[in-house]
Formats: sequence, C-alpha cells, structure tokens
Amino acid sequence: PLTKGKQEVSLSAFAFLFSELVQYNQTQVDNIGELERRLEDAGYAVGARVLELLCHRDKGNRRETRLLGILSFVHSTVWKVLFGKVADSLEKGTEHEDEYMISEKELLVNKFISIPKDMGTFNCGAFVAGIVRGVLDGAGFPAVVTAHFVPMEGQQRPRTTILIKFAEEIRTK
Amino acid sequence: MAPVAPRSGDAIFANVERVNAELFTLTYGAIVRQLLTDLEEVEEVNKQLDQMGYNIGIRLIDEFLAKSNVSRCNDFRETTDVIAKVGFKMFLGVTASVTNWDADGTCCSIVLEDNPLVDFVELPDNCQGLYYCNILSGVIRGALDMVSMKTEVTWLRDVLRGDDVKLLKHVPEEYPYKDD
Repeated sequence: PLTKGKQEVSLSAFAFLFSELVQYNQTQVDNIGELERRLEDAGYAVGARVLELLCHRDKGNRRETRLLGILSFVHSTVWKVLFGKVADSLEKGTEHEDEYMISEKELLVNKFISIPKDMGTFNCGAFVAGIVRGVLDGAGFPAVVTAHFVPMEGQQRPRTTILIKFAEEIRTK
Repeated sequence: MAPVAPRSGDAIFANVERVNAELFTLTYGAIVRQLLTDLEEVEEVNKQLDQMGYNIGIRLIDEFLAKSNVSRCNDFRETTDVIAKVGFKMFLGVTASVTNWDADGTCCSIVLEDNPLVDFVELPDNCQGLYYCNILSGVIRGALDMVSMKTEVTWLRDVLRGDDVKLLKHVPEEYPYKDD
C-alpha cells in the first residue's frame, strides 16, 4: 500500500547524504562535465520513480499528455512534494520556442554548497535537472535538461535555473 | 553555570528544518544503484556504503552534540540509549529500541521498527548479499569513533531479506572510556 508520504527526515540528514553522493561521484570522474552527467543520471532515477509514485497517489493514475500540463505538474506538484514548496517560477524561453525554465532562488541541493573556483561552472543542480528529465521522459516528453546559475541583482547568491529543451518530435506534436 | 539539560529527540526533530522522507529515500536508492553499477561486486558496495556512512558519522557527531546538549555518557548502555532515542529521532525522525544485551554490557542490538531508507525497496536475487542500509552502521561507527569509542556495527536481520523485524544491529567490542 502506498503511504501518504508525509514522513520527513531532517534536512541535515539529506544534506549529509547528498554531499556523499557528490563526493563519491567526484572520485569516479576526471572532468566537471562528466561529474554533472553522473549526478544527472542519479537524479533521473529519482525522477522516474517520483513520476510513478505521484501519478498513483495524487492523480488517480492519470498522466499528463499536454506539454503545459506536464510542465506545471513538475513546477507545482513534483516541487511541492520533493522540496516542500512550489518552484519560484516557470517561464517560456523568449529566444527559443522549445525552451522552458524553472527557476529557484535557493535550490535545496545548492543550499550548503559553494563551488570552488577551480570547478568553474559546476552546478549540483544537475541532480535536480536529472529529476526533471526523469519525470518528463517517463511522461513521454523527452528533453535535454540542464542547471545553470543566474546572478541576480542585489543578491549575494545566484539563483538556479533549470533549462528544459524539448526534443524535436515534441515541438511538432 | 548550571549544566544544560539534554533535549529529547522529539524536541530537536520538531525544531530542525526537515525535508520529505521520499526525497531522501529515493536519493539513497540512486546512490546504491550507482554503486552497484560501478563496483559490480556486492561486497564492494557494502564496503563503500560503510565508508560513506563513516564519513557522514564523523561530521554528524558535531551537529548531534551541538543540538542535543547530551554530555559524556557514563557507560555503553547510556550511549546506545542516546543513539536509539535521540540520534535516530533527530536525523531520521524514527525511534529505535535497544535489546539483547550480553552479560558484560559491551554488546547489544538496536532495533529499528521504522526505517525510511527501505521504503519502495526490493532486493533482486543477485543482490542477496547486499546490506542495503549499510550506510547507517557506518554512520554509527564514525560518530562513536569521534567520541573515542571503537565499535563494530553489523547487521543481524534485515526486513529486505525477509526477516520480520525491520532490522537489527549489534555493537560489540571494547569501548575505552578514557578519563582525561
């Protein structure tokens, strides 16, 4: 039987675990791109399961078939369950028709992380990008999903933007 | 200054920031899956999980001591009690119980009735030797190491292996309480 899913663990338990995930993967790679790819893979596995779980529990086994439907499912339902809040924003890319962005001022996985200078653009948000890709892929909307830091005026820390670029066949659907 | 009273696990857990247990469970699952793919041998995965737990334990003890106000335990019984009642509660929101003491009081079992790590998990046949939650025993060992207690933590029973009790841990070996 599916539980309600209201149980919680302490944030530090998650932070400790996540940091081990990152550190372990660092030992397995020799460049940043590879590290992000591995974190994304780990996230993908989480996303695929989250989709299944939430469809059973919250949506009476129905799946979204519309692009905007699945995007708002990610932005609202998935985010709420995983991170306890709806994502700060969901926007359509202005330059490309097939791009969408989910932004978060303080993404959970980046909360305790500061990236050393020599690791350049590395972003732990790759894990969350993987979760998003896992959900979208499982729902039949394959996409390339990446995480980026976007500096914000007047703020010390950049926000994290998850960029979603849908595959060709989705655009023409 | 009067000594500060230790806080109960429930009180601490109510006051810390928390996240959805499923995010935690699924993330842990993703780690185990990666390890199985990378290391191939179940034995190696057990070792790596233990090592990761140890790394966590040696950092986690600081937060534990800072938030719990627990002072030095007088004996091993007190220590295990604190682990079961305060430690597990504070980080995972679950309570464990301590049983099976040996005559010398150097070895006992910790029983977890509820273990957030094993939700949604089913071990495939080729993983029967896997101690799925081995990270937890590493955490305990690492944390106790930092308060100068050498312990061994092993799994006796595991619900994932078809045992009825969720799981059972066991902590032998001497625990030198060095008087400083």
